[in-house]
Amino acid sequence: MYTIVAKRELNAATVMMEFEAPLIARAARPGQFVVLRVDERGERVPFTIAGYDSGAGSVTIIFQIAGHTTRKLAQVPQGGAVADIVGPLGLASEFGGLRRAAVIGGGLGIAIAYPQARALHELGVETDVIVGFRTRELAILCEELEAVSSELTVMTDDGSNGNRGFVTAALERKLAAGERYDAVVAIGPLPMMKAVCDLTRGYGVRTIVSMNSVMIDGTGMCGCCRLTVGGERKFACVDGPDFDGHLVDFDEAMARSRMFREEERISAQAHECNLTGGAR
Amino acid sequence: MAEKNMSPKKTPMPEQVPGVRVRNFNEVALGYTPEQALEEARRCLGCKAEPCVGGCPVGVRIPKFISRVAEGDFAGAADIVAQANALPAVCGRVCPQETQCEMECLRGKKGDSVAIGRLERFVADTRAQAGAPGATVASGARGARRVSVVGAGPSGLTCAGELAKRGYAVTVFEALHTPGGVLVYGIPEFRLPKEIVRREIAGLRELGVEIITNVVVGKTLSLDCLLGEEGYSAVYIASGAGLPKFQGIPGENLNGVYSANEFLTRINLMRAHEFPKFDTPLRLGGAAAVVGGGNVAMDAARCALRAGARRVYIVYRRGEAELPARLEEIHHAREEGVVFKFLTVPTRIDGDESGFVRSVECQEMELGEPDESGRRRPVAKPGSTYTLEVSAVVVAIGNTPNPLIVSSTPGLNSEPWGGITADSETGATNRPGVYAGGDAVTGAATVIQAMGAGKAAAAAIDEYIKRL
Repeated sequence: MYTIVAKRELNAATVMMEFEAPLIARAARPGQFVVLRVDERGERVPFTIAGYDSGAGSVTIIFQIAGHTTRKLAQVPQGGAVADIVGPLGLASEFGGLRRAAVIGGGLGIAIAYPQARALHELGVETDVIVGFRTRELAILCEELEAVSSELTVMTDDGSNGNRGFVTAALERKLAAGERYDAVVAIGPLPMMKAVCDLTRGYGVRTIVSMNSVMIDGTGMCGCCRLTVGGERKFACVDGPDFDGHLVDFDEAMARSRMFREEERISAQAHECNLTGGAR
Repeated sequence: MAEKNMSPKKTPMPEQVPGVRVRNFNEVALGYTPEQALEEARRCLGCKAEPCVGGCPVGVRIPKFISRVAEGDFAGAADIVAQANALPAVCGRVCPQETQCEMECLRGKKGDSVAIGRLERFVADTRAQAGAPGATVASGARGARRVSVVGAGPSGLTCAGELAKRGYAVTVFEALHTPGGVLVYGIPEFRLPKEIVRREIAGLRELGVEIITNVVVGKTLSLDCLLGEEGYSAVYIASGAGLPKFQGIPGENLNGVYSANEFLTRINLMRAHEFPKFDTPLRLGGAAAVVGGGNVAMDAARCALRAGARRVYIVYRRGEAELPARLEEIHHAREEGVVFKFLTVPTRIDGDESGFVRSVECQEMELGEPDESGRRRPVAKPGSTYTLEVSAVVVAIGNTPNPLIVSSTPGLNSEPWGGITADSETGATNRPGVYAGGDAVTGAATVIQAMGAGKAAAAAIDEYIKRL
């Protein structure tokens, strides 16, 4: 069992959890992930490592409550524990040789954009950060992002913070204005990463995306997380999760991300019934 | 000594009938009763030359244990088996005895060989039911030399058990959340109940073997760290099969296409067939095609039936005679209603507009000249393609070794195809104190071959440490 040493709700749907996991904390590098199983009946789900502290022996993840497993995980209190965490898995992000970069985070991706931005900042890379939220109240991690970026741009879909539009619009303004980035790092929902790649392709800017595919073992055994990159089959768990975004077949990845959509609905419903005492 | 039983036929083992078992995951073969075991044991001639022992990768003293069974001394028989075999209840079920011990059996020259596997299973199960302890040992003294094992599959567990019996303090690191390797994620419940694996592993723990789950060596801990700061005197790498192979045909990334590893893991380890009681989903639909002809393909096909598919095809590029699966598995699959499409190669998988599998395009083949393996090579029969309407495809054409350890261990030699380079007798790699065996070295093979490698490596590690 792995104890939750700290838990914080970042907004109504986003939770930060810090687990006691000294071996993982000691080995973790930015860009890597863990596979977590909440309880004995749980599925194995990958979560990007949002932070680690080798001194304290802890690993932090940030997740959005989206389906049955994340809802169940969010219900575990501080001091409680989950059945399994294994990691760090995947290859660490490679940011060597960069001088100026932009980190783009959308939706849940913001939680992962933060450690990436911090890693770049610590490498001395001048980093602009662009993040987007549906509305102002959902904005998270702004202070943390501010601290590690040369410029932070916060966009909202509804314009409630005075900055209406998607993250791509903000990035496009910068690129059109002549900003030169050695790399753009895009993390978030597949359609957002695809949109960023479509934009940066035109400007010839190297773009790194982080693929959060469905996985079971996370060590290359099951092949569930496979995707097509530059016409070749790759496994997000051992070849990634970072890939050259201009080579990723996003349409295929988006179709694969919908594989268990129906089952997700069934699972949510089944467990809702349990909670309401079988009323439905 | 009881009179010999000269029946040319093996004493049959009771089984669940096909129509019933195909709707449950309970074990198909039910095991001998004591009477049946006595009857079968009396078929053994007790040959002095013991040809059967030479056919066993771990060298179980077969005639000796069978003579104990014939005397009704089941506990004594279990002791003899346990001396050589750390996982007898597993081997009695999943070893391909027909190509090993039973192939060498004199009775097999004229009629059936002695049912060695069934007897091994019987003695192991009988001991467990009696609640008797596992083999007693010279357990690791405090301050004993420490050895680590990477992977809690059959090879790693065997090596760990052997080393513990030799007095070493052994720690096994397992990447998954449950020890057992292919015995838990790969081989289905109906062929190897997980309770039996748990029991055998509990026996190893009683020997003093420590098993730590959720550690991926090469990621969580490096091999060099095990030998360095973690202070192990030697390491045995038994990380098993890795990346699943695909055919490389269009449509293999459609939803509903699984590697056999994924399909079997969802069911056997994660219990996706009990979704939503268990959280891991499985999308199968009414019809499935399993590509391949080995034991893994048979397991996948039979799992698909039990998980609710109404039609299940095995699509195999060669003919029936070339099927690499065990005859027993083929027979069971056929009894349960699996449809075999021999001399057939999938050429394309088609999906619907949402990206879900709808059908497999198949090419019929005929057998041409023998290839390098000596088997006749299938060649396409012109103008003979057809379509199988299916909602899922399971690709069971093998694995390549897992790259994690080789890629994270500087200076560890590997073969061009990815297997770790190791001495075939001892498992020694080019790095002192580092041994390797099982599928990580040979590519996909059998449970008992992997166990044999673990056993040989344990002896070599013992020698190595004594010389330190």
